[in-house]
Amino acid sequence: MTTTHSTDTAPGGADDTSSASSFALLAAAREQVLTGGIGLSEAQVLEVLRLPDDALPELLALAHEVRMRWCGPEVEVEGIVSLKTGGCPEDCHFCSQSGLFSSPVRAAWLDIPSLVKAAVETAATGATEFCIVAAVRGPDERLMTQMREGVAAIREAVDINVAASLGMLSQEQVDDLADMGIHRYNHNLETSKSYFPQVVTTHTWEERWDTLTMVREAGMEVCCGGILGMGETLEQRAEFASQLAEIAPHEVPLNFLNPRPGTPLSEQTVMPATDALRAIAAFRLALPRTILRYAGGREITLGDLGTRDGLLGGINAVIVGNYLTTLGRAATDDLALLGELSMPVKALNATL
Amino acid sequence: MSGVRDEVTQVGQGPYCVRCGDPIDAHEHLSCLDALVLEPPRYCAICRRRMVVQIVPSGWTAHCSEHGDLHGGNAV
Repeated sequence: MTTTHSTDTAPGGADDTSSASSFALLAAAREQVLTGGIGLSEAQVLEVLRLPDDALPELLALAHEVRMRWCGPEVEVEGIVSLKTGGCPEDCHFCSQSGLFSSPVRAAWLDIPSLVKAAVETAATGATEFCIVAAVRGPDERLMTQMREGVAAIREAVDINVAASLGMLSQEQVDDLADMGIHRYNHNLETSKSYFPQVVTTHTWEERWDTLTMVREAGMEVCCGGILGMGETLEQRAEFASQLAEIAPHEVPLNFLNPRPGTPLSEQTVMPATDALRAIAAFRLALPRTILRYAGGREITLGDLGTRDGLLGGINAVIVGNYLTTLGRAATDDLALLGELSMPVKALNATL
Repeated sequence: MSGVRDEVTQVGQGPYCVRCGDPIDAHEHLSCLDALVLEPPRYCAICRRRMVVQIVPSGWTAHCSEHGDLHGGNAV
């Protein structure tokens, strides 16, 4: 073995040179991120993503220390619900809700009593966040009216932070949502700027960026993440982490692709668990202070053991219960795991 | 294995798989069986219509315009 740098090609028990370079990389990351609170650069994230499997436990341990130091032991718990499902005019290649693919997902609207019931049930799990999601390019008047009525009805029924994810917004819509009391707005960049055109052709990465800028300026918290395992290279994964760091979102939801029937990415291979865990730790080291949330795809990518590893490797927030078009683990399973790990669920008064 | 047939046809309610919509005898449906752990049904087992499915954090409802509703978890 004459390799000096490409540790990803070293066989299982990496040689001395690669072990030494892994050690040096992690020692530098420890000093910079754990002690200094400064996230890793794009080039450094790429090095982390290339660490060999035998360095993974040490990497996860460092990411966990960084999370504990800069975020604390609390875990933010959230429930999400789809207010408007399917029939979307956009062509995001991972999404079963696009009306442009032959997906089995049909259009559906949730009525307001059911929306309120979902919020009440979410709050009952101890969650402090309830995110209302719509599969749209951006909201129309009907959706904004539903939001106004729905958010008011939720507020009357239960004490929980209400977040929203409704696609691209106009300035007027940003202002309306802030007025309704939406405290956090989710709008994912989904992937790196360089890979985005391979995933979405009906709008641009820059249009998404513009919505995020308006959301921040209106005083709402910015929630921006994406999906890993869509065929992007490690370089593009590192690029994505550094682009997220530039936005400095309050929260970064990390999804792992769950290939959906009928979508252009239906035949994509599910990301190996070790790659997913390396990415979790790398994103934590790039974003030491963000709320890094487990979102969709973790069940099939990581399984039960991997889910636990990620919570001990940089993750400090979870979506509990079902997702928008797929099902999740029972909320009680995740809450039991958090109890076992002695990670308290963040309380509402601590977030206000 | 009758377990697969039962699961993907909602206990033999019809000739079609609720996950892929194919006839039960068309293939083995083992991947459908696996997928249904983390997915609601999408096709009516009786008539193969695509159902209107609403998922909430604690459950789901799948509606066929001809054959009514299926529920899972703590449904809406």
